[in-house]
Formats: sequence, structure tokens, C-alpha cells
Amino acid sequence: MAETVSGNRGLLIEEKLIFEQDSPGHTGVDLPEPEAVNDRLGGLRRQGPIGLPGLSEPQVIRHYTRLSQKNYGIDSGFYPLGSCTMKHNPRLNERMARLPGFADIHPFQPQSTVQGGLELIHSLAEWLKALTGMPAVAMTPAAGAHGELCGLMTIRAAHEDKGETQRSRVLVPESAHGTNPATAAACGYSVESIPANDRGRVDLAALKAKLGPDVAAIMLTNPNTCGLFENEIIEIAEVVHQAGAYFYCDGANFNAIVGRLRIADLGIDCMHINLHKTFSTPHGGGGPGAGPTVLSEALAPYAPLPVVVQDEDGFRLIEHAHDWQDGKPLGRLKGYHGQFGVFVRALSYILSMGADGLAQASGDAVLNANYLLARLGDVLTPSFDGPCMHEALFDDRFLKDTGVTTLDFAKALIDEGVHPMTMYFPLVVHGALLMEPTETESKATLDGFIAVVRALAERAKAGDAEYFKQAPRLTPRRRLDETKAARSPVLRWTPPPEDKAAE
Amino acid sequence: MSETRYTRDHEWVRIEEEGIATVGISEYAQQQLGDVVFVELPAIGKSIVQGGEAAVVESVKAASEVYAPVSGAVIEANDALTDTPALVNEDAEGEGWFFRVEMSDPSELDSLMDVDEYTDYIQGLE
Repeated sequence: MAETVSGNRGLLIEEKLIFEQDSPGHTGVDLPEPEAVNDRLGGLRRQGPIGLPGLSEPQVIRHYTRLSQKNYGIDSGFYPLGSCTMKHNPRLNERMARLPGFADIHPFQPQSTVQGGLELIHSLAEWLKALTGMPAVAMTPAAGAHGELCGLMTIRAAHEDKGETQRSRVLVPESAHGTNPATAAACGYSVESIPANDRGRVDLAALKAKLGPDVAAIMLTNPNTCGLFENEIIEIAEVVHQAGAYFYCDGANFNAIVGRLRIADLGIDCMHINLHKTFSTPHGGGGPGAGPTVLSEALAPYAPLPVVVQDEDGFRLIEHAHDWQDGKPLGRLKGYHGQFGVFVRALSYILSMGADGLAQASGDAVLNANYLLARLGDVLTPSFDGPCMHEALFDDRFLKDTGVTTLDFAKALIDEGVHPMTMYFPLVVHGALLMEPTETESKATLDGFIAVVRALAERAKAGDAEYFKQAPRLTPRRRLDETKAARSPVLRWTPPPEDKAAE
Repeated sequence: MSETRYTRDHEWVRIEEEGIATVGISEYAQQQLGDVVFVELPAIGKSIVQGGEAAVVESVKAASEVYAPVSGAVIEANDALTDTPALVNEDAEGEGWFFRVEMSDPSELDSLMDVDEYTDYIQGLE
């Protein structure tokens, strides 16, 4: 492509850092110099400029608008990173969250004036209990990993209450999300990993061998991070319970099974629910998380406060242990009452979908992933046999001897206007390409993506490694030097040395 | 210099003086990790157990634990890796060593693979 005089590429404007656009004296608001006054800053008045660039208001607006136009997100195009990062956020949710009755209330208001808000938390809690079959839910955890912490703290409280303080180990499959071992370690447990079998599921014999009277819990993701349903889960629950341990399920992938099965029927003791993954709330820089954690009968007494209860006078918050005769709460996990704005969006989604709509959404998510698996299985290398759940996992065997890596392949996808899928995770397969289309993508979008991936795979196999090494070509910046960025990061802009010629 | 021995987790260990083992990650591990960008080394004096976590290596692709191939006390760490983690890529089984440990049970070396066994082992992984 020919270079332009301006350095811009069509209407894609080459944008300098805002500090590089500094023209001293330019300002958005021109205030008159104040009269001299005696300040009361105790001699700490600022001595010199603080280093903000001088810019007019239109310059600032253009700068941030141009930056935002370089963004790529779920609202721009296909995004096979999937629900981990972002899936479609229905605009109805946003509309509901902006209703003044929800948006303008304050957690310190008298409870009689926020009955609607409390009812909303209570209603969402009832839905989450119904969808999982669990008797209790802690609503306050502020994100998925916080929900994990809530679950493990609840398990620890239950063991301690029974005097079983010798339980010091937590078992985690090797394909688990990194937050699982981190959570267990944060709760003071030592972590042991359970290997996977050649079907990508937990090796039941290896699990049995590791169980004992010193095991506090198992943390299992289902469907797991390979996008596979752990079909021996009921037996896993039985052996875990026989050993006196509790069964924590990482609910990150609940979006693949919601409305299809009740996790209580699987023998699970607690599970967090990422509201962004299953119930379409914003995430990935778009909004705060929320990780309500459902609890079994055995763990329910230890749930953190506050809880919302309903009695003849309406809805009421229980915020103190002495007001909660039914339990032995482990304390508080978060200020106020949870991520209320996220609750509004999640309940809005649930009510607009209905129970049948939620079951259809999980079915469509699984169908879309299997469509990718079926249409790409002959040119890529699926890591495991058989159908998948909501995400399709491939590894880099199809690139063997081509000189092209998973990273190169991902960069070439960017040139095609597709955000790359998850790469190099899970670690249990080599050079992973993990694709999660989610339930909202149409067949036409998936067919477009499939055509791109097939053409790129054929190009790689035809020996055109150079094409991939050069990618991306069409982006505002070419391939970034990730190694240099990690080894010698430049985290702060510094002015260039004085330009002598300009003086 | 004694022969180098290897673990199934791709650490190497070599006895360069009586009772002292030098530990690093294998050439194969280095290739699999890609460009190494950070290494966390054990503190001097830390006691480590065979198979237990001893260090952390982070590359552009992944962060991984480095497990102790033998038990003992750490007596020296390769501080050069702090500023120049690239040494692990350039010379994994030489200048890119991680730490030295005073072995508490040299017989543990017998459970590790020699270079031929390790070569067969990694070929089986391909």
C-alpha cells in the first residue's frame, strides 16, 4: 500500500500520544488570572507545572474519539474469545439499569425506601437458586474469583466448625483456571493437581488415589476448560463426599448448561456464577463483575452476610450475625450489598429470556461451538474426539512442519477483521486455539469465520509461512514485539531530548 | 563435570562439585516456553524438596513452576537471570542455570533420567 503524506490510512488517523500533541499555552478553558490571595496550604503550594499537555477542547475530543475508533469489541464484530471476555450485552439490560429507581438509589437509604431494590436482589437470588437447585446463595461476591474465595472460605468454615482442622489439601485438575489454585492457596490450603485422562476429563483413578482425611475440597470446572462435560461428575461427587471433603464447582462455564441440568443433582456443594458469562452483563473493561455463589444445605449456614430476606413486612437486609439465627456466617466479603447494577442487568436478561429462553441460549451456545468443530475439524486438529460443549478446542498439530505458530495464525486472523480466539490456553494441549462463538452469533457470521480459518489453514499448509510471520499487515500497528515489551517495558512517557534545530 | 540428569518436568541437574547440584530448565523446555521474560529464583538458604516448587519461569506464552530435581538447601541463585532472562533461551543448560543446591540426599539423582533417556522421553511427547 502506498504511503500517504499525512501518515494516515484513509480515515484511520495516525494518532500521536496526547503528550506528543502538547502545545504550551493551548487550553480548553481560559480563566482569568486570579488575584493574589494568602493560601492556607502551609507552604505546600505547587511550585511548578504538573506536566499536563496544553491542548484545546476539540483536540482532546478528537484524540480520545480516534483512540476509541481503534478499539475492537463485541459491538464491532465477531469475537471468538467468547463469554470469558465479552458476549453480547442486550441493550434492554442497560435500559433497565438506567431507570432512576435503580440507578439513583443509595445503599445507606432506609430500607423502607428501597423495597424495590431489595426485591430485585431477592428475585435474582431466587432465580439463581432455582436454576441450580441449590438452597442458598451468597449474592455479594464481586467477581468470579471472589465467588471462588467465598466458596472456599465457606468450606473452610464448615470444616472448622466440625473440628476437622487437619484438612489442608485442595485438589484441582491440571486444566483448571489459574484462579482455582490461587484461591485455595489464599485460603491457606496446599494445592495438588489431578491429571487429565486422554479424553480430556479428570482421571478418576488418580483423583481417588489423592483423596484422604486431609483433603478439604476438590475444585472442578464443568464443563471444563477444554470445553468438555465431565461425565463422571456424579461418581466424582460421591468419592469426594465419602472422603469427607466438599465439592466446589467453578461455574465459569455454567452458560453451557443453564436450564439443562441442575447442579444440585450432580452432588455439588458450592459454585460461583459469573453473571457476565451466563447472564450477559458487561465485562472485560465494560463493567464490574459479580460472582454470586450458590451453596448446598451443608454449607448454607456459613454464607457471608448480608442476605436479603422476605417476611410479612416486605424485604429486609440482615447485616449482622446476631440478627441471623439460622446461620453461623463467616463475615462480610464486600461493602454494601453486592454489585447492584450488575444484578439489575442479570435479572433483566433472565426475565426477558424466561426459563425456556435460557435453556435455548445454552443449547445455541453448544450448537454454535459444535458447528465450528464440525466445519473446521478436517483442516484444524481437534484436541479430543467427540462433540464439545460451548467451546471448541484445537491444538497446533495442523501447523506441524509449516513454520507457522498459533500466534502467527492468530495475527493473520486480525488482518481478516476477526478478533483471535483464546491462544495457548488451556495448557494441557500444545499451542491451543480455543474458540467460543457464544449463542448470539448467526450462522452467516460463523460461516464467514469458517471460510477465513479454512483459507488460512490451507495457506499455512501450502508453505506460505512468510505471510503469517508478516501479519498483521493492515492494522494501525504491525506485529508488536511482545518479548521486548515484557523484558524492558516502557511504562511512562518521557519528553524527547531537546530538538536543537527547533530553537 | 558430571553428566547432566533430567526430570520429567524438564529440569536438568548437574553435579559440578561434591554434594552441590546446579539446576536449570532443559533446552527442550526453553524451546517450548518461547522467549523467557521473567525468572523468580529461590532465596538463598531456602530448603527445597524433590518434586516441590523451587522457582518460576515466565515466557511470552505462559508462566510455569520449576520443580526441585533434588532436595536440599539453596546456596546460590543465578542473579544474572533477573536482568537478562534471555540467557535461559540462549544457553538453557549452561549460562541460563537457575540455582545451586546443597543436596541432602544425593541418591535422589538415581531416580532421574540421563540424556539418552530424556531424549527418548521428549520424542515421545512430540
